[in-house]
Amino acid sequence: MTTTSTTEAPSASGHLADPDVNYLNNEYGIKSWLLSLDHKRIGLLYLIMTTVFFVVGGIGAALIRIELMTPGGDLLEADTYNKMFTMHGVAMIFFFLIPSVPAVIGNFVLPIMIGAKDVAFPKLNLLSWYCYMVGGGLATFAIIAGGIDTGWTFYTPYSTTYANGYVSVALFGVFINGFSGILTGVNFMTTVHKMRAPGMTWFRLPLFIWAQYATSLIMILGTPVVAITLLLVVLERVFHIGIFDPALGGDPILFQHLFWFYSHPAVYIMIVPGFGVMSEVIACFSRKRIFGYSFVAFSSLAIAVLGFIVWGHHMFTTGQSIYAGMVFSFLTFLIAVPTAVKIFNWTATLYRGSVSMESPMLYAMGFMGLFLIGGLTGLFLSTMATDIHLHDTYFVVAHFHYVMVGGMVMAYLCGLHFWWPKMTGRMYSEVMAKTSAVLIFMGFNLTFFPQFVLGYLGMPRRYHVYPDEFQILHVASTAGATVLGIGYLVLFICLVSSLINGAKAGPNPWGAKGLEWMIESPPTPHNFHETPVVTFEAYAYEEEDTLLPVPGDGQTTGAVSH
Amino acid sequence: MSSHSENPALQHHFDDLKQQYEAANMGMWAFLAQEIMFFGGLFSGYAVYRYKYLAAFIEGSNHLPIFWGALNTVVLIASSFTVAMAVRAAQLGRAKSLFNWIISTMVLGVAFLGIKSIEYADKYHHGLIPGANFTYDSPMAGQLKIFFSFYFVMTGMHALHMIIGIGLMIWLIPKIRRGAFTAEYYSPIENFGLYWHFVDIVWIFLFPLLYLIGREPWIQL
Repeated sequence: MTTTSTTEAPSASGHLADPDVNYLNNEYGIKSWLLSLDHKRIGLLYLIMTTVFFVVGGIGAALIRIELMTPGGDLLEADTYNKMFTMHGVAMIFFFLIPSVPAVIGNFVLPIMIGAKDVAFPKLNLLSWYCYMVGGGLATFAIIAGGIDTGWTFYTPYSTTYANGYVSVALFGVFINGFSGILTGVNFMTTVHKMRAPGMTWFRLPLFIWAQYATSLIMILGTPVVAITLLLVVLERVFHIGIFDPALGGDPILFQHLFWFYSHPAVYIMIVPGFGVMSEVIACFSRKRIFGYSFVAFSSLAIAVLGFIVWGHHMFTTGQSIYAGMVFSFLTFLIAVPTAVKIFNWTATLYRGSVSMESPMLYAMGFMGLFLIGGLTGLFLSTMATDIHLHDTYFVVAHFHYVMVGGMVMAYLCGLHFWWPKMTGRMYSEVMAKTSAVLIFMGFNLTFFPQFVLGYLGMPRRYHVYPDEFQILHVASTAGATVLGIGYLVLFICLVSSLINGAKAGPNPWGAKGLEWMIESPPTPHNFHETPVVTFEAYAYEEEDTLLPVPGDGQTTGAVSH
Repeated sequence: MSSHSENPALQHHFDDLKQQYEAANMGMWAFLAQEIMFFGGLFSGYAVYRYKYLAAFIEGSNHLPIFWGALNTVVLIASSFTVAMAVRAAQLGRAKSLFNWIISTMVLGVAFLGIKSIEYADKYHHGLIPGANFTYDSPMAGQLKIFFSFYFVMTGMHALHMIIGIGLMIWLIPKIRRGAFTAEYYSPIENFGLYWHFVDIVWIFLFPLLYLIGREPWIQL
């Protein structure tokens, strides 16, 4: 620690005189990135690696969709197909969706939003990235060396008794990766509690922070349970300890209970930070304070808490007690309440706001529509009677893709577009960004809406062959996936090319409110020249120039002239 | 702020030592919450199977030596005392005393692991280790195997935490000798103390659950 602080301390004072020094150019070389303790650089490290895993998962998805164009098994054999959807699920869920908003966007903006120089534990932050890398490396090794075909859920006894040996490696990878989430959670929670700038009270926090806080709670309380569960599966495979082995009296269903105790809350690890992004973007592009700030804030916590007591809705068909099923079903309905609070409040924020449709807002609108469909179809699945029919069909696949891709990925891309100028100091091409947003929205709907119909008609998930009458819908879905893929490609080109020829963004290209928009783009290594003193509420869009937080420092305040 | 360079222990991103101390403390508590859930998964698995296979679990308990378990409990409670004294010494800035208390804690920790390994070796000789040597022959063998699986996973995870704790002490000792901890800056010691107490408390639950409840009294003393 002492070495880094001595190297950084002189440059920190130098920034006052030299506004051109930022976190990207204050140090050079591969070591300055791989050993960086700067939350902004670690955020970018996560950005690069989550993108890599997004591509890995995307390749799996592409092969799945190509295979499903025809009713027979032409491209992939059954085994390969199983490995592909497992690769898709493991890469996307554990290595893209879970770390994307918290670890990429959260790492970057959370400390700045609360007026801190860094997260509370910069070394743990770096360690979390290495946990992610080691976990991801092990999972990738398992995929390359022999593949895993258990599905991302690793259900026992298949995963313990029958599946091939690389399952242990993959499980251990996911186990290690779990610590990345736990460390991020511990770090963010402590940061929000202890690192807020003077005057940054709890109810002045941007709602993104509340969402991250709720997410940290789930990460801390949920992830260790799946960690020990996956470890038990590894031990079962290696030592045949019998805990999940029916032959010895072990109970495979116990695995599902323990797995979903984490993995349902994990859905909220993925989506709640996305809610946070929505609040920021919708407030900014409506030029209004979020309607019902405290309701939106507490609804994040309510979702975090309720999320822990609904896991049984994944298990209506496992023979769990029907009374337990009724309770789980009811509790699952309850989750719709805080979720609806958010949607209604965002809608109310738009009402009579000065709405402008820049690309982040376009993504936000896409999120609202798609997530709404994802959420409402969830009610079909949380109703026991309808779930018996829809269980394990494409209806489920379509539902969680509407939530995870239509909701979460849209929110992530929305946040990425929103804070990209802050991260890189560059503006991207608005035309390309809007094109990609529209392509992604249309491609997504074309991909997954037919799957609702397929599932309702009885197409089960995880099969690579199907009856002829389903082909038209599968072809539509594959066509949609192609559009979706092109959309992502346009987006990638758009953002990368902005690094080469993007216009300089300036501190506040959107005219947004919040501490992160009062500093340079890209920020200086310590974010603020002096600790800001917060004298304004969050989203003070309807007030004139209350944004003069830093006494005696012309540079920071000068950035926010209107 | 310019006051940053005052205390060498103050990291650059904190305003003062008090903020740094509070952050470290809170981080440790959040981490311990995570630990509770980690062991919680095991405890709930234990509860499920104890409810299902009560007879086998009692039979399993009868194979665990109360003497060694009780002795280890005493060792660990003693180590909780020594680590509490270490934190006290750190708060008062008594480096020599801090060093002694940490060494005593480490000795007790190692003693615990030593006793644990005697027990593990004993299980091996009796063929009661699932996966390595399990020769128990009875209609209940499968269920008993589950009991011993829980025994080894739970005590093994606990022992792993002890080993990590001892590793932390090995990491702390050179710092203590260098005089890195003062009455103003002692949060690593305090947080280590929290961790160590937590590991002790886990054992306080493990000992009755595995060794004591429901068993025939005083067998294999």
